[in-house]
Amino acid sequence: MEDIYAKFVSQKISKTRWRPVPPGSLQTADTFAAGSWDNEENYVSLWSIGDFGNLDSDGGFEGDHQLLCDIRHHGDVMDLQFFDQERIVAASSTGCVTVFLHHPNNQTLSVSQQWTAAHYHTGPGSPSCGSAPCTGIVCSNPEIVTVGEDGRINLFRADHKEAVRTIDNADSSTLHAVTFLRTPEILTVNSIGQLKIWDFRKQGNEPSQILSLTGDRVPLHCVDRHPNQQHVVATGGQDGMLSIWDVRQGTMPVSLLKAHEAEMWEVHFHPSNPDHLFTCSEDGSLWHWDASTDVPEKSSLFNQGGRNSTFLSHSISNQASVHQSLISSWLSTDPAKDRIEITSLLPSRTLSVNSLDVLGPCLVCGTDSEAIYVTRQLFS
Amino acid sequence: MLIFSVLEESETEPGCPFIYIIRKDIDVYSQILRKLFNESHGIFVGLQRIEEELTGKSRKAQLVRVSKNYRSVIRACMEEMHQVAIAAKDPASGRQFSSQVSILSAMELIWNLCEILFIEVAPAGPLLLHLLDWVRLHVCEVDSLLADVLGSENPSKHESFWKLVTILVLQGRLDEARQMLSKEADASPSSAGMCRILGDLMRTMPVLSPGNTQTLTELDLKWQHWHEECERHLQDSTFAASPHLESLCKIMLGDEAALLEQKELLNNWYHFLVTRLLYSHPTVKPIDLHLYAQSSLDLFLGGESSPEPLDSILLAAFEFDVHQVIKECSIALSNWWFVAHLTDLLDHCKLLQSHNLYFGSNMREFLLLEYASGLFAHHSLWQLGVDYFDYCPELGRVSLELHIERIPLSTEQKALKVLRICEQRQMTEQVRSICKILAMSAVRNNRLGSALSWSIRARDAAFATLVSDRFLKDYCERGSFSDLDLIDNLGPAMMLSDRLTFLGKYREFHRFYGEKRLTDAASLLLSLMTSQIAPRSFWVILLIDALPLLEEKEVVFSAEQTYELMRCLEDFASRRPVWREPGVQRIQEDVENTKLEMLRLALARNLGRAIIKEGSLEGS
Repeated sequence: MEDIYAKFVSQKISKTRWRPVPPGSLQTADTFAAGSWDNEENYVSLWSIGDFGNLDSDGGFEGDHQLLCDIRHHGDVMDLQFFDQERIVAASSTGCVTVFLHHPNNQTLSVSQQWTAAHYHTGPGSPSCGSAPCTGIVCSNPEIVTVGEDGRINLFRADHKEAVRTIDNADSSTLHAVTFLRTPEILTVNSIGQLKIWDFRKQGNEPSQILSLTGDRVPLHCVDRHPNQQHVVATGGQDGMLSIWDVRQGTMPVSLLKAHEAEMWEVHFHPSNPDHLFTCSEDGSLWHWDASTDVPEKSSLFNQGGRNSTFLSHSISNQASVHQSLISSWLSTDPAKDRIEITSLLPSRTLSVNSLDVLGPCLVCGTDSEAIYVTRQLFS
Repeated sequence: MLIFSVLEESETEPGCPFIYIIRKDIDVYSQILRKLFNESHGIFVGLQRIEEELTGKSRKAQLVRVSKNYRSVIRACMEEMHQVAIAAKDPASGRQFSSQVSILSAMELIWNLCEILFIEVAPAGPLLLHLLDWVRLHVCEVDSLLADVLGSENPSKHESFWKLVTILVLQGRLDEARQMLSKEADASPSSAGMCRILGDLMRTMPVLSPGNTQTLTELDLKWQHWHEECERHLQDSTFAASPHLESLCKIMLGDEAALLEQKELLNNWYHFLVTRLLYSHPTVKPIDLHLYAQSSLDLFLGGESSPEPLDSILLAAFEFDVHQVIKECSIALSNWWFVAHLTDLLDHCKLLQSHNLYFGSNMREFLLLEYASGLFAHHSLWQLGVDYFDYCPELGRVSLELHIERIPLSTEQKALKVLRICEQRQMTEQVRSICKILAMSAVRNNRLGSALSWSIRARDAAFATLVSDRFLKDYCERGSFSDLDLIDNLGPAMMLSDRLTFLGKYREFHRFYGEKRLTDAASLLLSLMTSQIAPRSFWVILLIDALPLLEEKEVVFSAEQTYELMRCLEDFASRRPVWREPGVQRIQEDVENTKLEMLRLALARNLGRAIIKEGSLEGS
């Protein structure tokens, strides 16, 4: 983990996201989007790594990340997601959801679609349609789901002017983040420490399931689903605690891990190596959680040509009567047996790390010290 | 800051007012300087944190390293601004950037000198080497000129050849000067002999190299010999044939007149000073520097121009007057960044006596407070300011308390960050007031769950009571609870306020009833009434809620409980509020009275059944 490049970019970064690589291609991540916050003029920008600088001895690329293009964004960028290769969806603190389109030939960004009043407050004291910040977005082509401080869930479809479905007052508190479980089901976390599962196939405005911690109702700020096992979900809370949940079983988390000293802003499973988890926090640190167990004895079925067998085993879907290694190491309830290795990735303490994203061997994160850190050798 | 100005009004038309937006500190808004602020913030915090570990010999080395870090940040900023200045499309902004570059360059010059004199505290001998490096760093045309001349086909015939050689000698880069002379010697055999002699002189000049074990006296002695040899060559007119070589020799002898002839190449008085020292007093002691500095300045300016602010700052530095340096820099520069960081670093070197200012804090703290307040005026850099306040022992905390409450909170996420800052520093008052503001706006927006979570965070019992009252009011109006997901899952937060506990328990009562756990429901209801946590206005509802339980087929309330209920009922009836409006009053009173009558009847019947049930034998 030696080569981490930092670049100061003169704006506090609230979100960074890798552009997805086309499925089946051998490319690694080379472009990421970043959104700023707390500026008088906020920007959504696209940056490129690689293709600049020289190849070093290992054939890797050297050099800083360079700005490709940017575009003005009204309000803070609260969340950012790539909808597909060219479109980026941004959530604003003004309650507006914007789809930006990237034109690769002349390297510009333009607004492709906008839902201006996606989130708003109505109430006896507020003026009609006072705006509410939109706090979270998740995309699954062609659908976009957004949640906000007004406790509302919107389901948009690209190129449709109006929302396809809106669940008003889905929550009496602020919804902080949302993720897809299976395509018609989403999971939201809120500021009274509850996970709620919503099924869009059902009518009505009630969640199909509610899970929460007993004890203090600590607000939950981020959620991510295991890439292969759709019932395993990780959440991060205001007290820096990382919780792993199994939504099929009960209403309690499977494990609670004391992590950071302040709010955990983002948690991500690595999309191709789900034994690795990454968290970043207000306390200025970014942690890499490595739960991969090296099990020396493995049945020969899984040892193929020297490939990492744990990698292979997790790409097979979960079945009831299976080899022990197929059960996600995150769900193991015996923390003493399966040691999790935790490494801090940033070289020195900074102000809050607001966002991170991982794709392949590359990691990008953005901080309140107005710096973006990129590394291309995550598993060296 | 806003200024409102009204133009003169004429009789016929109203004046049109202008509003001026004034910014406190224009530098803070520059994109490139923001990188300076952020990076130096990191260095500052790092320095404060390692303060405890700085001991003994490594202390000086570490402080020098910190100083070099700061300087490299300034240089990086300068580089970038230079690029932008070149690429600027309109000349006005290009000029502005260029002037910024020169200000940054001056800052780096001053810092570098302070590092040499105050932090590194170089003794005589190495002092001159550092000063030479200092000068070389700030005159960059030499390298490009060198590349130019060497790259040409016939270097010695290049028009700037002698200029280059002179500059090299002025900067003490004698090896390179010798190389150039050898090229000249190759090109024109007539002067080959002279070039060789001069080259030898250059080669044999005694210098103190790092790691050399000579003492200063030895060096001095050798240097005297060498000086006399040069003198002899000059007097023998060895170089009479070539005026260039002769002037070079004079320079190497430290002849002031010869040096002053090269004013244009020297460009500024401190270059003149260092060259003069190199060739006349190489073992100069730090305390003697200021004499030479003053005289160099006077000689160089020659009475034609007056010293500029930069000159007086450098002079003050040569005089080792730290306070004067800081004072002059504060006056000359438009931003507190430079003086704040430099003073802090010098304070760590224990160079500032506690120079108490009249309101009690010392100079370092004063400057840091000013700088941090400037940061707080910026919409985004306030987060940096927090750390600066942290390291001001006397007034830092108070200033932070005042500033942090005034940050505009547009989103919950920003509010969370501010709250985290306050909580880490145990600023409970500020936490409370911020949470109250947020909770209030949540209530206004009808986000009762958010309001509750803010009041839980602030441990604000009064506000939790307010939120619970809202819920209860909604229930009275609508007959059902809104936001069941919240009330059902209050958890330990229920204990925050009595009203909240009541709300939670009342909802639990409803749940018991729904699940047909009637005895539990009954005892809960009774305890709600007897424990006095129910608000008076709610009693009638509680009593009415008892009705269906009383009407159940089986006896739910025991005799004891029925007596309790009766007592509560009479208690309530005797203390009923008096209605003021006559029309409404009659109807309300009638309804009330009917309900109470029904209740009395139900209670009496229940009492009867309970007594019978309890009086009879089990199983009969």
